[in-house]
Amino acid sequence: MSKPDQQLETDEVQYERVDPPIGWDGKTLHEMLEESDRHLEETDRYYGLDELGMKADRPFEYEQMFSQLRGALVSARETALHVSASPIVREIGELCFQVYTPEGDCIALSTGIIVHVHTGSLAIKYMIEEDYEHDRGIQPGDIFCNNDNDLGNVHTTDVHTIVPIFHDDELVAWVDGVTHQVDIGGMTRGHDQLASTTRYEDGLYATCEKIGENDELFQDWRDRAQRAVRTPMYWDLDEKCRLAGCHMIRNAVKSMIDDVGVETFKQFSREAVEEGRQTLHSRVKERLFPGTYRDSSFMPVPFGDEAWKPSSKQDMLNHLPVEVRVDADGGLTLDMEGASPPGPHAYNCAEGAMEGGLWVSLTQSLLHDGKVNDGSYFAVDTNYPEGSIVNPEDPSRSFHTSWGSLMPTYNAFWKNVSRAFFARGFREEVVTGYSETGDPLQGGGLYEPTDQYFPVAPFEHSCQGLGASAVRDGLDWGYAMWNPESDMGDVEEWELIEWGLPYLSRQVKPNTAGHGKYRGGSGWEGIRMVSNSSDVSLYKHVVPGVGFTTSGMAGGYPNSLNYSLRAHDTDLEDRFENEEPYPIGDSPPESFDEDIEGDVRRSQKGLYFPEEYENHDLVHYQMGGGPGYGDPLERSIELVVEDVEDGIYTPDIVEQVYGVVGEFDEDEREFTVDEDATEQRREELMETRREETRPYDEFYEDERERVVEGDVSDPAKWMYEGVFDQSADWGAFFREFWDVDDDFRFDQEE
Amino acid sequence: MADTDRNQIEKLIDGDLTWDELRSDVLPDPKDEQRFEVTREILQERVEWDDPILVPLNDHLFAVAKNGDRIVKAECGHEFGPLEDNWKTECQVRVKESETDMRQLYPKWMTPDEDWGFQLREFFCPECYTLLDVDAVPAGYPVLKPFEPDVDVFYEEWLEQPAPDATP
Repeated sequence: MSKPDQQLETDEVQYERVDPPIGWDGKTLHEMLEESDRHLEETDRYYGLDELGMKADRPFEYEQMFSQLRGALVSARETALHVSASPIVREIGELCFQVYTPEGDCIALSTGIIVHVHTGSLAIKYMIEEDYEHDRGIQPGDIFCNNDNDLGNVHTTDVHTIVPIFHDDELVAWVDGVTHQVDIGGMTRGHDQLASTTRYEDGLYATCEKIGENDELFQDWRDRAQRAVRTPMYWDLDEKCRLAGCHMIRNAVKSMIDDVGVETFKQFSREAVEEGRQTLHSRVKERLFPGTYRDSSFMPVPFGDEAWKPSSKQDMLNHLPVEVRVDADGGLTLDMEGASPPGPHAYNCAEGAMEGGLWVSLTQSLLHDGKVNDGSYFAVDTNYPEGSIVNPEDPSRSFHTSWGSLMPTYNAFWKNVSRAFFARGFREEVVTGYSETGDPLQGGGLYEPTDQYFPVAPFEHSCQGLGASAVRDGLDWGYAMWNPESDMGDVEEWELIEWGLPYLSRQVKPNTAGHGKYRGGSGWEGIRMVSNSSDVSLYKHVVPGVGFTTSGMAGGYPNSLNYSLRAHDTDLEDRFENEEPYPIGDSPPESFDEDIEGDVRRSQKGLYFPEEYENHDLVHYQMGGGPGYGDPLERSIELVVEDVEDGIYTPDIVEQVYGVVGEFDEDEREFTVDEDATEQRREELMETRREETRPYDEFYEDERERVVEGDVSDPAKWMYEGVFDQSADWGAFFREFWDVDDDFRFDQEE
Repeated sequence: MADTDRNQIEKLIDGDLTWDELRSDVLPDPKDEQRFEVTREILQERVEWDDPILVPLNDHLFAVAKNGDRIVKAECGHEFGPLEDNWKTECQVRVKESETDMRQLYPKWMTPDEDWGFQLREFFCPECYTLLDVDAVPAGYPVLKPFEPDVDVFYEEWLEQPAPDATP
């Protein structure tokens, strides 16, 4: 079923078998990895390098090699993405290549979805530790694949193709290409499933699997994969894209070695990693303030009414605390003690994925000069507690949508680092966080004119609002934490594959931006219609809808929350026929209903599980705004005027929050401020603060009483009880803070 | 921006830099090495009290030296107590939790679900009622201390100079 029309002659590329050991200087890869780990443990330096000799003595050659390698990676990515047919890869660029040392440490990487750089490293280390060198075999021309989260991946639909690079009889490097798949199989359609609760529902897994030799894929692998996914053409071309890129980069590395000699390449690769480690340390000392920083994020899982499996039909709240310590030596520690236990949902996140999130966050906060690699990972100590949701150490869990834990976590990390930037005077580097990219819309159906299946997997969620900084507003509708090159893609591109779901609109969604002296970036909304299709099922997955995952900073507020909206059994066909208005948004909320008749369904939850759709049904989706910074009453009136005229906020909200009163001419998009009324309104808001606030001690006593009486929400109880079981330390902190008994539990109150 | 431009940092603190100035002069590497000290000097000149600023905590709060102790002090002059304590415990607090509360900030359908018990805890300065921070947490959550600066390490080991409150 999957054999290429024109099969390559098998003798076109022939590799001679290399006998182990395949490491450097007669060592096995396992010995090299042990040696590397020992050096790092004993010296804190990569391979114990006291100094960067090549960088010091031959700086031009060193920098030239880094640039050549980086250039080869970027060039391969730009070329290979055109091999793919999936807009996720071709249009949005959900693709990344990276080169590793034989021990699996990243030397350099391309642009793209760089969250995966360190996850590929873990897969290679797994193969080394499991002695693939002797058992499975690692040979020139071999091709490996991994998407097993427990061994090195972010979530199930990310797929890595890994190729060893040999020079003579030695393995000199690895190259890894990773793409995000439209579909990986699993219990429902889509690339970030909601319904999965265990691995057995996640879809196709390749566990550091050899999938080819002599530069060709095994037919049994191709057949297995094609039969496992719902979009085999995209799978096939994505795999060719990854493999083509890996082979381009392999050729480039071989060419470099021919030019400079293998010993120079070896020295360069180790120095490059150590330079990355040293760079992070120096950057910490240059940009941050030593001390301890604390924040927490939360991930609501409103599955009580939604979930399909009995075990997950409950409203759950996950705790994602982040403590960052900057020590005297410029060392950085991230500690998540107190994280929730894993659960019966798809938001379980392997340690490797968490490290990927840390890595991509570091590249955007401390190391944004492009010359980064796994050295920065070695410079950070981490604690993702074993057995917690951020390190389950249990491959039977579902990891399909690990982003549900990963993205909220790094909001807390970014705020902590931003406090350090602020303290040091680098206010321009402060970022209050971001809106999380819970997938707005997924599913699929059968397009009747061609009788073909079409997937629904738009990546418009890569354009959310970025949080505010301490000197300016956040970026509007243009950010995603996992890919700094965010792009929502053209409507026309998405319609090219999502045939049965044409767009009716995209527009700014007012009042999504978090309030503050500097507001968060704004979100937006869209509406699509089911057309000429059958067997359509769609689901929406946006977090959070019922509670906040993060807050703002320094008096700024969190962004508003998402909700879900759809319409079934509509009169849209008649409206088209009669040239009557149809919905192009839901701003203000419920205005959607004015231009449609039918079964309109709203929910505070930003998600719903797969639902059947018929032709002329409508689906609305919403991208979030970013959190704000600073006291909203300090926002300049001029900026508030711009906000109203640009549709960021509505006049009623700016009067309530910013105390700015005026008349808005919607036709001319002109907001005229009433200065007297504004002055009076701002005084009222200040007076309200005096009247409505109370001393902390009173607040504490009231809240403590609620804790003692168990008067907190059921999802919060679920969270606290889970954390008490998971972390004795955090439980002790909680009980000491509220001054309750050492054995206090909420479930004893019921 | 390798050399510190004091005027530019004043504009940075005030949020008056244009995007072009930010993008071209302030955001790129390398950063100016004197940023902390110049920022501290500017902030010190702007407050109406003389206690030496050790480190700014946010727009309106500072760790300062006072009579041999280190305390948290607001721009308006209000003192929040020892630096080792959590300054939030000295604030005036307002909690927004109900749908009605949340609707003061967000439109219908774009607020938390009341059944989930999320709170916005607003922390105000007891003297000037400036909003100093907003925590978004479920009811029952402890109040975290957001930042414990290691002042001595910073001055003595990183800047290799005595802290502003060091004994001569």
